[in-house]
Amino acid sequence: MKELKIQPIKNGTVIDHITAGNAVKVLHILGIPTSSSSTVSVAMNVNSKYGKKDIVKVENRELDPYEVDKIALIAPKATINIIRDYEVAEKHRVKLPDEVIGIVRCSNPTCVSNSREPVKSRFIVLKKDPIQIKCYYCEREPEDIAERII
Amino acid sequence: MRMNFKGKDIISIKDFSKKEINYILTYGKKMLPYAKGEKYKDILKGKVLSTLFFEPSTRTRLSFESAMNRLGGRVIGFADPGATSQKKGESLADTIRMADSYSDVIAIRHPQEGAARLAAEFADVPVLNAGDGAGRHPTQCLLDLFTILTEKKKIEKNKVILLGDLKYGRTVHSLAYALSLYDVDLTFVSPGTLKMPREVIDECKRLGVEPTQTSSLEKAIKDADVLYVTRIQKERFPDAEEYNRVVGVYKIDNDLLKNAREDLIVMHPLPRVTEIDPGVDKTPYALYFKQAFNGVPVRMALLSLVTGGEL
Repeated sequence: MKELKIQPIKNGTVIDHITAGNAVKVLHILGIPTSSSSTVSVAMNVNSKYGKKDIVKVENRELDPYEVDKIALIAPKATINIIRDYEVAEKHRVKLPDEVIGIVRCSNPTCVSNSREPVKSRFIVLKKDPIQIKCYYCEREPEDIAERII
Repeated sequence: MRMNFKGKDIISIKDFSKKEINYILTYGKKMLPYAKGEKYKDILKGKVLSTLFFEPSTRTRLSFESAMNRLGGRVIGFADPGATSQKKGESLADTIRMADSYSDVIAIRHPQEGAARLAAEFADVPVLNAGDGAGRHPTQCLLDLFTILTEKKKIEKNKVILLGDLKYGRTVHSLAYALSLYDVDLTFVSPGTLKMPREVIDECKRLGVEPTQTSSLEKAIKDADVLYVTRIQKERFPDAEEYNRVVGVYKIDNDLLKNAREDLIVMHPLPRVTEIDPGVDKTPYALYFKQAFNGVPVRMALLSLVTGGEL
């Protein structure tokens, strides 16, 4: 019998197919666990038929799939599964929004969004595959997005 | 067809379609006799322009002020941020909120890229970007296009060389993009360390223009219609050694121009240091002082359009 590395959850959200190694950044983007008192389990480098992946399980909390879309920046293949009574009640594949606010720091050190002005970083999504984003303020296009998560 | 620009911010040339750019340039032509003082109409009477210059400027600030005055408007502002509350730690956002309540239109120059876009977020009145760091300078771009249009009668099909600091130069980034809207033949000439950034070249290609890149000016100049020279900007270099290696690599003088076509025009956003020999100034090639004057009719057109006080 196949051994389960993480126990199934009764109710909550499972984020599956996260790019291997990025689970902690995904939690950071979603503000978990600081924004939540739910039990959170993380599995990293899990073998799957598509290679290694990370998985995050948040118990007793249904994340809004559209709120979770922003993780598509670093985990474009992730799926959001809403679990109710051990069953997958809803399944949603992340879809990058047209604008990403307050998640990525601009790679330009002299961009006004990196100063002490009362604004959040803001990026326009130019292309979704491969992901290409442009700073709303200085128009710089960062290449190493995963390294620039705030 | 009449276009409505009232209340619009002028932050990046990329915010405008070719149609809109053409409209502004055509309107700029109408402003020429008013810019020269041959005609007068106070269409901006009662309007106040704030000029917030957090970085040094001669032409941009003076031509904005001249443009406003020539149309009967008034100007408030500063050219030395050391004499403002910024010195006490005030944020740009707060300074903008103040200027917004004191005036009908704001022109801002700031050392940080994206500052004008931020200003536009905090101001209800229109904001004109007068240069943000190494970023954008759309009014310069428009006056450059205006100069080519008025001298060559059209922008399309000209062979244009952009020369010098193509890496840090804000005017050449905007200009390369804008010229690509017009199907020109673009050549970028620079030292190897100051090449045009990849994203600018990609943008030109996306618009259907395949720029030629070279470090040899002598070869490129032979059949050029426009030579756009830029200063190697010491203030943009992260280290002095890199600057010293490239300063003075290109020099435009009458010897070099012997190889050029008779109707070549030499442009420069100014200030120049050593890149154009003063001996060129009195030749028919030299367009840079007229180009600087063209800042007045173009900025008159913009001020008039965004405040709704049209001719």
